[in-house]
Amino acid sequence: MDAVAARRARPRAGALDGQAIDFDRVTIARGGRTVLGDISLAIRPGEFVAILGPNGAGKTTLLQAVLGLLQPIAGDIRIFGTKPRRASRAAGYLPQQRMAVAELPLRGWDFVASALNGERWGLPLIGGNGRRQVDQALETVAAGALAARSLCELSGGELQRLLLAQALLGRPKLLLLDEPLISLDPHFQQAVVALVKEIQQSCGMTVLFTAHDLNPLLGAVDRVLYLGNGKAALGVVDEVITGDVLSALYRMPIEVLRVNGRILVVAGHGPVETEAHRHDAYGQDAHGHDARPQNV
Amino acid sequence: MATMPVRKMFEYDFMRTAFMAGGVVAIVAGAVGYFLVLRNLAFAGHALSHVGFAGATGSVLLGIGALWGLLAFTLAAAVAMGVLGDRLRNRDVAVGVILSLALGFGVLFLYLYTASATEATAILFGNLLAVSRDTLWGLLAMAAIGLLGLALIARPLLFATLSPELAEAKGVPLRLVSVLFLAIVAVAVAEAAQVVGVLLVFALMVGPAAAAQRLATRLYWGVALSVILALAETWGGIALAYATDWPTTFWIVLLSCLVYFLSLMKSLSIWHRDHNGSESTSTHPISQKQGAS
Repeated sequence: MDAVAARRARPRAGALDGQAIDFDRVTIARGGRTVLGDISLAIRPGEFVAILGPNGAGKTTLLQAVLGLLQPIAGDIRIFGTKPRRASRAAGYLPQQRMAVAELPLRGWDFVASALNGERWGLPLIGGNGRRQVDQALETVAAGALAARSLCELSGGELQRLLLAQALLGRPKLLLLDEPLISLDPHFQQAVVALVKEIQQSCGMTVLFTAHDLNPLLGAVDRVLYLGNGKAALGVVDEVITGDVLSALYRMPIEVLRVNGRILVVAGHGPVETEAHRHDAYGQDAHGHDARPQNV
Repeated sequence: MATMPVRKMFEYDFMRTAFMAGGVVAIVAGAVGYFLVLRNLAFAGHALSHVGFAGATGSVLLGIGALWGLLAFTLAAAVAMGVLGDRLRNRDVAVGVILSLALGFGVLFLYLYTASATEATAILFGNLLAVSRDTLWGLLAMAAIGLLGLALIARPLLFATLSPELAEAKGVPLRLVSVLFLAIVAVAVAEAAQVVGVLLVFALMVGPAAAAQRLATRLYWGVALSVILALAETWGGIALAYATDWPTTFWIVLLSCLVYFLSLMKSLSIWHRDHNGSESTSTHPISQKQGAS
């Protein structure tokens, strides 16, 4: 369709240009099991949304539906107004890290470049224009120095930056990051979040960022999408991470305790998860989004 | 001077044919082998050659050239492997059982053929010096098809190998690419078996490629080096066989192992440097920046 025109659209224009991502009563099943049931949500262009929830809650499933890799069994998904389809150039994707690549002696530049138009048949020849695109993507993630080193010499955080560079090739307007913080030290987690925030703001990208722990993302996210029991709750942190919303989501009593600036989520039997919410790092969302706990 | 015996070596027609056949096969094995090792499929290449043994002995029994039976069986097995794909992963036992079955049938066909053991030895361990002109043309045609096929799928193959999930999201047909590549591997295996035999295909398809990956970190240099090493090992092996009268296969396998172990030494030194801590140098410049809100 008019991908070029849409790419030029003002990143934070809001409702006038329509939504970046629109789920209308979507149900997605996987292997006969309903992972997401009757979910409706809308994400504006240029938003940074963290997707949270326990294992198996459907975080990756949701990203794959946005990518067009999974078809919903009911409902309608729109990405910038069109149905999601495979091979779309609108979305950049960072899959959950596979360590298989991490043992290869191939240099970083060639690894990133392999993703440039990698779906086309023929020899992987990269012209001057392609070279510039790869260099630019590496520069954006501040990985210029990693380009000449072998993958097997890189740390997890460094490899993560190369994967991010791959996702940025072709300048997508939507960035889908699946657990990019997993198995990273807190120090590197902060670096990755700051980097994604920087890219989101300078390029006006819409970012979906799945994570187990909200803590490293607190200063960066605009809204939080919490998944559980096949349902979803979308809103700013203070509105979603509350006892009422989480209790409704899990259909069991859940308390959210705030102690010395930290937030502890407690279920009937004990702590569900601990989230150290540092409130000095959390800025109130500027757009005044309303929390929309949905279908709960 | 040493030039005299070298010139004499090329006076023999069978030596010239051996050098040409070895050269053609080495180019294919080196190029295809690079991607085979990159995809972590070295064992699959080995398995294909064993399945090919039954095809080779069977076609000898039927009076057809061993090369064609070998090619037919490796191709069929490659397509089956590619189609089964993930379901075959971590199924070492199942693959092993099929392998032994194929070898068993090979033995049966040899028994039924009742001719001299020369044919069996040639299939198992290769006999480059006995390659005929006709076979050379066959090898050339297969090499052209294999290399052309590899050139056609190289880009999505590389993408699917290094970033399978991203490649799938970008529309690369992973299964099709996998089947096509294994078919190309089957062609390369059938070729390599002519030089080093079905039992030692590993030496020509995996040895040079694995060494090249350790020595060159750029993709194109790696592929080029893999081809150059395969060529050097094959031609070196033929020359040494001529000088010593020992089997060509022995020399090729020996050179392949030598080169591989030399490349290991190089990567061991990298490993040591890596463990002196590169983590501290990679602090990100904007890591201190908090998100503006």
